[in-house]
Amino acid sequence: MTIAFAIVAILTIAASVAAMSLRNLIHCALAMAVAFGGIALLYLQLEAQFVGFAQILVYIGAVAILIVFAVLLTRGGEAPEKSVFSASWIWGALVTAAVFATLAWTIKNSFASQREPPANVEATVKQIGDSLMTKFVLPLEVVGLLLTAALIGAVIIAMRDESPKTKMEDGRSKMEKPSAPGGHP
Amino acid sequence: MVESLDQIFVSLKHALLGFVPGNWQALASAILSLLPIFVIFPTLFAITTLLERKGLGRIQNRYGPNRVGPFGLLQPAADGLKALTKEDVVPHAADKIVHFLAPVVLVIPVFLSFAVLPVGRNLVAVDMDAGLLFFFAVGAATELSVFMAGWSSRNKYALLGAMRAIAQMVSYEIPLILSSVGVVMIVGTLSPVKIVEAQGTYHGLLPDWFVFTPWGLAGFIIFMIAAAAESNRSPFDLPEGESEIIAGYFIEYSGFKFALFFLAEYLGMFAISGLGITLFLGGWHAPLQSLEVIPSWFWFFAKLVAIILVFIWIRGTVPRLRMDQLMNLAWKFMIPMVLINVVGAAVWHFMQPGLARWLVSIALVVGPYLWLGKSLFQSKHLAKRTYRFAE
Repeated sequence: MTIAFAIVAILTIAASVAAMSLRNLIHCALAMAVAFGGIALLYLQLEAQFVGFAQILVYIGAVAILIVFAVLLTRGGEAPEKSVFSASWIWGALVTAAVFATLAWTIKNSFASQREPPANVEATVKQIGDSLMTKFVLPLEVVGLLLTAALIGAVIIAMRDESPKTKMEDGRSKMEKPSAPGGHP
Repeated sequence: MVESLDQIFVSLKHALLGFVPGNWQALASAILSLLPIFVIFPTLFAITTLLERKGLGRIQNRYGPNRVGPFGLLQPAADGLKALTKEDVVPHAADKIVHFLAPVVLVIPVFLSFAVLPVGRNLVAVDMDAGLLFFFAVGAATELSVFMAGWSSRNKYALLGAMRAIAQMVSYEIPLILSSVGVVMIVGTLSPVKIVEAQGTYHGLLPDWFVFTPWGLAGFIIFMIAAAAESNRSPFDLPEGESEIIAGYFIEYSGFKFALFFLAEYLGMFAISGLGITLFLGGWHAPLQSLEVIPSWFWFFAKLVAIILVFIWIRGTVPRLRMDQLMNLAWKFMIPMVLINVVGAAVWHFMQPGLARWLVSIALVVGPYLWLGKSLFQSKHLAKRTYRFAE
């Protein structure tokens, strides 16, 4: 374990803990952005440039902004008066520890962890692009279709209903024809 | 002689590294590569502020700064001293920590983005395989700090400005990234160094820059419009909007923190212009083969200053957009245009060189432009303005 890894790991874990325990929701969201950044740094330490930068681009550039907007649009950033910990946190901690232990034990004994990591893998962006366009082109297209459907769905949900829309259209056409008061006696 | 002048900074670095003991070499090399970024670009920022005030002054038929030093040349120094000595006011209700962190978090990614820009032959701080992706990734990180500034000030104008800024940056990031996709498809790499190298040949009198192809010209124009919007430059300076929300997200900042916002805005403009030069204007290559004797780094900065002058000119000429016009331009015009442009780049790549390729490529740019423009104007129901009392 190198010093750089230790620093990044401590930063990520501290930011994750802060994201769960801070009172102000916006502070939590910002702490989570720091945690996303820490994970991106871990990817970069593993020489996975593409994944690391995509993590920053998608999670800090888009997901964190989305979360922050959602917080602002729902209940405001007011900090709650009472503690954010529930009364039965000790049971929660126990369950969490049990789940973590089970997962860790399973991974430790699994087939994947016995395998030797291949020496000197070098995944350049070009290789990733090539395999995305040849071997994995179908999943890529499916994801594209799904995202397009989601985008159109979001636009339809956000679109105004039919009757107020025509009113708005009228208002706008009046605004853009500044002749309105004189033109309609 | 020519060769040594071109590589003067590289050889200077190697000469300096010779004085450093062996196990400190890596650290010293990194510092020597990064130090010029922290010196040159803020200096350019100081020069640009003066240039901008002078240029805007001439456009508006006044003198601009002319009191400090000869011809007002020492104005940036006076401005810097003023920013340093001003009182740093933090609003009572502000979120102190986030309010303090926002300008710092904004400046860091802006400086980081210069690391992958090749400013001359062999003059790049980090030659990264995914350099272009790195540039866009750190650029995306600035949006969060804009939000931090707007939210932590506890001021409705600041929050409105931040909301506007984020909506604008998110919308214009898509045409910005997509317009560079064409170049990436043609060159087949995300490395800025290799993109510049691919534009190094000369074709008769003209260099093989991507701006001299139909899709490249369209991509360059879309890129620069999106770049102006990304760096909140006029006519896309709605987040500042002095007349409606006074100064937007940095309204509650004073003294040196305000100067940091100012610095980050201008450095962001330099960085994104530098990327535009790298992608479309041949990077550090000379415009004519006979001019290659002039060092490569000179050409990069000459192009950068030229683009900055164009930005100043646009700021003095074009009025500010309205919010709905801003969004319509991005989503209804620029994104369809840039998607067709990606197809245009692919067609250019697969057709044989010759007249047919030029005609098809020009048709793929002009056709959508006319069609989109016409259909968008038709839905506007624009009519000739008639006046009731003025005529």
